[in-house]
Amino acid sequence: MSDQKPVDYSAFPDAGGHFGPFGGRFVSETLIGALDELQEMYSRLKDDPEFRAAFDYDLAHYVGRPSPLYLAERLTAEAGGARIWLKREDLNHTGAHKVNNTVGQALLAKHSGKRRVIAETGAGQHGVATATVAARLGLECAVYMGAEDVKRQSPNVYRMKLLGAEVIPVQSGSKTLKDAMNEAMRDWVTNVDDTFYIIGTVAGPHPYPQLVRDFNSVIGREARAQSLEEFGRLPDALVACVGGGSNAIGLFHPFLNDRDVKMYGVEAGGEGLASGRHAAPLNKGVPGVLHGNRTYLMEDEDGQIIETHSVSAGLDYPGVGPEHAWLKDIGRVNYVVADDQEALSAFRTLTRKEGILPALESSHAVAYALKLAAGMSPDQNIVVNLSGRGDKDIFTVAAIDGIEV
Amino acid sequence: MTQQNRIDRRFARLREEGRKALVTYLVAGDGGPENTVPLMHQLVASGSDLIELGVPFSDPMAEGPVIQRGHERALEFRTSLRQCLEMVREFRREDSDTPVILMGYANPIERMGAERFADAALEAGVDGALTVDLPAEEAGPLSDLLRARNLRNIFLLTPTTSEERIQAITRLASGFVYYVSLKGVTGAGNLDPQAVRENLGRIRRFTDLPLCVGFGIKDGASARAVSEAGDGAVVGSVLVSAIGEARDGAAARDAVAEITGEIRTALDA
Repeated sequence: MSDQKPVDYSAFPDAGGHFGPFGGRFVSETLIGALDELQEMYSRLKDDPEFRAAFDYDLAHYVGRPSPLYLAERLTAEAGGARIWLKREDLNHTGAHKVNNTVGQALLAKHSGKRRVIAETGAGQHGVATATVAARLGLECAVYMGAEDVKRQSPNVYRMKLLGAEVIPVQSGSKTLKDAMNEAMRDWVTNVDDTFYIIGTVAGPHPYPQLVRDFNSVIGREARAQSLEEFGRLPDALVACVGGGSNAIGLFHPFLNDRDVKMYGVEAGGEGLASGRHAAPLNKGVPGVLHGNRTYLMEDEDGQIIETHSVSAGLDYPGVGPEHAWLKDIGRVNYVVADDQEALSAFRTLTRKEGILPALESSHAVAYALKLAAGMSPDQNIVVNLSGRGDKDIFTVAAIDGIEV
Repeated sequence: MTQQNRIDRRFARLREEGRKALVTYLVAGDGGPENTVPLMHQLVASGSDLIELGVPFSDPMAEGPVIQRGHERALEFRTSLRQCLEMVREFRREDSDTPVILMGYANPIERMGAERFADAALEAGVDGALTVDLPAEEAGPLSDLLRARNLRNIFLLTPTTSEERIQAITRLASGFVYYVSLKGVTGAGNLDPQAVRENLGRIRRFTDLPLCVGFGIKDGASARAVSEAGDGAVVGSVLVSAIGEARDGAAARDAVAEITGEIRTALDA
């Protein structure tokens, strides 16, 4: 057969930010200077012992890491197969994995000497996580949020305002996350001298997919060590939801070279893949260029980006991080879907069986894990990334139940 | 040896005449697809030397609010890249002289396929392309396809572009160079003619291509101020704004004629 050397996943991206044919830097020349500056700073700092120590300190004492790896016994019994372990990112400060990245990028912002940070947000979790670190460092903070999302996510809007951030509703395009990202890029290119852009997911132009991944990889590094400690070997499978894909890559990346560990990225099936109303570019999209990178996209026959649908605002994005696009094409990760109904059902099951209210995003991962576990044997282990807590989603769920909270 | 195309001939003629180029931008399909070709002819009649036809995209990341709205209006009519090419073909029936470039984003081209796009552009009478989100690092394949068809590849340079990058970009660039006069998005304010002059001088050391200045040019006076050190001025947002406000195609043509005429007069004065 083939005598090709196996891929070393840790060697990506290449110097231009490419993961195979994906990634790169597809931006206007007006942004190149700022990206070069960021890349130069990041490559200087990422292995700097002092910077690493500052990041680790903040993760331990501000975020509250390590997050536990919890054996969900009643959930396991419900599925009737492999043991299901939950990586409890929901227990982080601000309630989701997003803060791992904002703490890291805030340290970069501090090094850059810029006095202002900006962010885009969909559901508001990344906006809150950015406003949080900005408050802590005394930085001015502006968060771009689609006007539609501002309406749908009012608790998080208020939370950001309490933290001192300015929330700017975006009226252009479809008025959702993708438009918020466009607007944040426009702000950045205009105010680049004093502004640091904290991107919330593993998308965007190089070096963002790399640095957001690196900051979130603490999830997988911990899960790896905890697995060895708890059950003496690596997990048989990892499961995480994928919108932009930051929590998934954070869990997956430290395991990519462990070829026996199977991986499942769960996209939002919305009202079902057949309906066209979903947010599953890896399952149903085509490669294209958006937001500074080449990746799988949801688009029409003219190459215009189309609207996505998911009960979970955090997965409602027409693109996906380029590393996921590559991992799909080379077959290292399986990308599957859970639809709205499956996610809502998993949300209820986990809440009732374990007393853990998961974010609707994470509920997609739980839904798929329940199916996967059922087909595996009881001596096998699945690690599910419980990427966020569900308190923010109780209004959505109540509305679906016809209850006014 | 590349043969001259319309862009080269136009700049050569302007240079001989000692005049500056007036480059005008509009979004294809803005105000209704049937109005675009008449607007292009109007721009030429009012003194435009080169037309940048904006290809509508759902996510025009580098545009300010005025041109964003132009893209949104055009997309209400679902104006596609294919239709943009069709418009150029129609324009060419009456105008075989004025250079036209397509200015847009990578994804519609990716969707069509770069090679099919390059073939179709040549066939329709397009003279070049400026793809905003294809910087030099990513532009290679499309650049090669355009060059093989004697089409020009226009690139942006900015006040923050390093000298090393200026060299790399001008090696790929052809037709002319579009110098972005300020940090920000299209339609921004605060033009500094002195800074423009210095930066054009810096770029001039590396290329003989015509240098046209855009972003922030609103009228004859600002066009004249920035083009003194360069070879021309690019006018976009002020035209797109007028087209957006016009109640119909005839009113849009009148407004565009007035703006273009005023700038032409100032440039030639």
